[in-house]
Amino acid sequence: MSRAAMLVAAVVAALAVAPLALPEFYVTILNYIGLYSIVALGLVLLTGVGGLTSFGQAAFVGLGAYTTAYLTTAYAWSPWLTLVVGLLLTAALALFLGFIMLRLSGHYLPLGTIAWGISIYYLFGNLEWLGGQTGLTGIPPITVFGHALDTGREYFYLIWLLVLAALASIQNLLDSRPGRAIRSLRGGGLMAEAFGVNTANMKIVIFLYAALLACVSGWLYAHLLRFVNPTPFSLTFGIEYLFMVVVGGAGYVWGAVVGAAVLTMLREWLSDVLPKLVGQAGEFEIIVLGILLVLLLQRARGGVMGFLARFFPVTARAKAPADAAALPLREKPKTGDVLLQVKAATKQFGGLTAVNKIGFSLEAGEILGLIGPNGAGKSTTFNLVTGVLPLTQGEIVFRGTRIDGLPSREIVKRGVARTFQHVHLRPQMTVLENVAIGAHLRGQKGVLPALLRMERAEEGRLLFEAKKQLERVGLAEHLYEPAGSLALGQQRILEIARALAADPVLLLLDEPAAGLRYKEKQQLADLLRRLKGEGVSVLLVEHDMDFVMNLVDRVVVMVFGEKIAEGLPREVQADPAVVEAYLGGVE
Amino acid sequence: MNFDIALLLAQDGLTNGAIYALLALALVLVFAVTRIIFVPQGEFVAYGALTLASLQLGRMPGTAYLLLIAGAAVALVDVVVALRERRPGRIAATLGWNVALPVALFFLARWAAPQQPPLWAQVALSLALVVPLGPMLYRLAFQPLANASVLVLLIVSVAVHFLMVGLGLLFFGAEGSRTPAFSDARFEAGAMTVSGQSLFVIGASLALIVALYLFFERTIYGKALRATAVNRLGARLVGISTTLAGKLTFTLAALIGAASGILVAPITTIYYDSGFLIGLKGFVGAIIGGLVSYPLAALGALIVGLLESFSSFWASAFKEVIVFTLIIPVLLWRSLHTHHVEEEEDE
Repeated sequence: MSRAAMLVAAVVAALAVAPLALPEFYVTILNYIGLYSIVALGLVLLTGVGGLTSFGQAAFVGLGAYTTAYLTTAYAWSPWLTLVVGLLLTAALALFLGFIMLRLSGHYLPLGTIAWGISIYYLFGNLEWLGGQTGLTGIPPITVFGHALDTGREYFYLIWLLVLAALASIQNLLDSRPGRAIRSLRGGGLMAEAFGVNTANMKIVIFLYAALLACVSGWLYAHLLRFVNPTPFSLTFGIEYLFMVVVGGAGYVWGAVVGAAVLTMLREWLSDVLPKLVGQAGEFEIIVLGILLVLLLQRARGGVMGFLARFFPVTARAKAPADAAALPLREKPKTGDVLLQVKAATKQFGGLTAVNKIGFSLEAGEILGLIGPNGAGKSTTFNLVTGVLPLTQGEIVFRGTRIDGLPSREIVKRGVARTFQHVHLRPQMTVLENVAIGAHLRGQKGVLPALLRMERAEEGRLLFEAKKQLERVGLAEHLYEPAGSLALGQQRILEIARALAADPVLLLLDEPAAGLRYKEKQQLADLLRRLKGEGVSVLLVEHDMDFVMNLVDRVVVMVFGEKIAEGLPREVQADPAVVEAYLGGVE
Repeated sequence: MNFDIALLLAQDGLTNGAIYALLALALVLVFAVTRIIFVPQGEFVAYGALTLASLQLGRMPGTAYLLLIAGAAVALVDVVVALRERRPGRIAATLGWNVALPVALFFLARWAAPQQPPLWAQVALSLALVVPLGPMLYRLAFQPLANASVLVLLIVSVAVHFLMVGLGLLFFGAEGSRTPAFSDARFEAGAMTVSGQSLFVIGASLALIVALYLFFERTIYGKALRATAVNRLGARLVGISTTLAGKLTFTLAALIGAASGILVAPITTIYYDSGFLIGLKGFVGAIIGGLVSYPLAALGALIVGLLESFSSFWASAFKEVIVFTLIIPVLLWRSLHTHHVEEEEDE
């Protein structure tokens, strides 16, 4: 058992005896910490992992609280039924808001959440049937098997059971196929999309889950206090939930609980001490909290958990099994079949024609090099083939069907996998997990089985496949190291392993040798030759002549957006037009 | 609703809208130059209004004390950094701006406040007390984070909002203030009565906008800020310091905020925490302009003002709900019309 696991076990044991041993006041505080933790856990997933910021979680808490408060008092519905209704309402609102806001760039979401946080707060306060500013009273307690949970001590167990369940569900989710996709969102989504992740959907999923957790917290709150008014659902509380996550450590699941605890206790203590110090009543604790937060973000962005993690190192959770059933393979083309045809592809940026009527084709089993000096339009051509940029004119055909106009994630489904000129890795994830992202499309299990950890068989097969590809490229010793700790040459090779994990028909490599040292280039060339021997087809974009000429079967040479030569390496090297383009003509 | 009421509401809406427009411009400016979504903009509104209100009552404004403390904090940080970097030459300048100036303003306020000077002098003193807080805030909270992501800056911004609301309570107290109107004049224009106060607010807003326009078009500092907004790295390479641009921007934002506060103070009672909602209405306007377009932001802010004024007539209780829900159709429209490329985020 690792030190971190022992710490967790100790915390759980302490929670089990806490209500029996502590005075009422502390049980109440722990109950609040639990309620806040549930909301903060959703925010860890949304903000800490997914990189989406919401100040509006208090509004979802309010929705859960008011739904149950209204339905249990006005219609005497069972709290368990109102929980379902609350979750459905929250889901509907979160999907609606998420659909609108998540399509926009980063900062609109937090601003939008501020606006709706205010709207919903004023709505609660001004609707007659919700009791206006005074709110609703006389909410019944929750009953379990006919027993009413009407004391704080009993309620404690319900709250903390749900906290631990939420915590486990998020840890399960992060350690899964959809979890890896979620953890890739922060990189900007380009890489995740290139391996078939629908990043827009993933964002909505985590936004929805965070909202549902907030709703559960609101439901618990209403039946703990037995009355609701609008105050605890104001924007101020929405902001504080986010602060809890930042204080705890945004990237850590346990950070939610730690942050909720630290902020709740600090606030309790400050609101006791400060008014005496200042000599007047008022919420002076926000001054201290504000300064604390600014300093934390300036000096220690990992929060409390970032500090604790140094003493309790967490070992990588995702381990590849020793053996697993192989994943099904795609039907491969016969050597010599035409795989890719680029027909008169043209790309204009405003008035600039970056690529002008480029045409070439690639057969199964060959390595085709696309070369040219800087600014020749190689990378633009690459982006056209991979669906990152739309074509202005022309066609791109892959195995008989047009792929121009398709998004990256559709192109990879057809068997075209790529690497990036500037490596796109998740530096904190292990090498194994990074490669497993490549196999995303070879699994099917979604978020729900992942939350409940019911996808272990498939997960094992995916991780085993990732391990196999890493062994294939020679990175087997580094499986459980963070990808960011590898040297650049190894990172490039990791990217190739990730592309191979997608079981591609065609591998697209964007300047894989750029920035590599001589030795690393040789190793890369050896690997590519070996892959060719195994029947992999490769389109290689590169400007390092030596590297290309010793490796490829055929070369296409581009200059200023146009194709000036095509043929065997030897022929092309002798072509006067190519010599002139590279060395400059004789004036 | 008859025509007279509609005219009256429109006049109210435009008056408030003019103030929101000023704030929206400041928000777009700060975002463009520093990438900071400046949530505490509204606190400068409250500080400006409450400082003027104190002076009108012949009291020493709390801002004078706050300025001393903030200045001392900046000077301390600057001196420590200057000593650590072995550049003692900087110490004199920072002491001048952050200690000598606040002390001078403090004694000026203490001398002037009981004498109840004419209105223009009170306004000038209020601005002089509030505006230096802008660059000080930048130095303390944001300058160390100049390279952080937009979202980290936003969270800092919200933390600063909390901090400034708390300080507002500490230095101004919990009771609200409303200053007398700048003008009691009324003009008959056909069927409509135009109040001098409205004309003053709209006129002052327009004058400020023109002044800003001239600043950005004609002065070297204005051009430097525009260059930074277009390309931060490029501006740095031609010698425009990010720090200077940030401080200058915050000075302008504080000036616009405080001026807005002075304009709004006779229209509505301002409490220490009233600035937030006013600032956010500026935000709604700025978001209509996509946080990039100045004219659209100003237009959006006018729409917010009009919407607020008319909804206060039809559904007074739901005024805020209506104004802030406006953002949803705006975002929907933007999400359907903009193709965005996600920025690479640092970690």
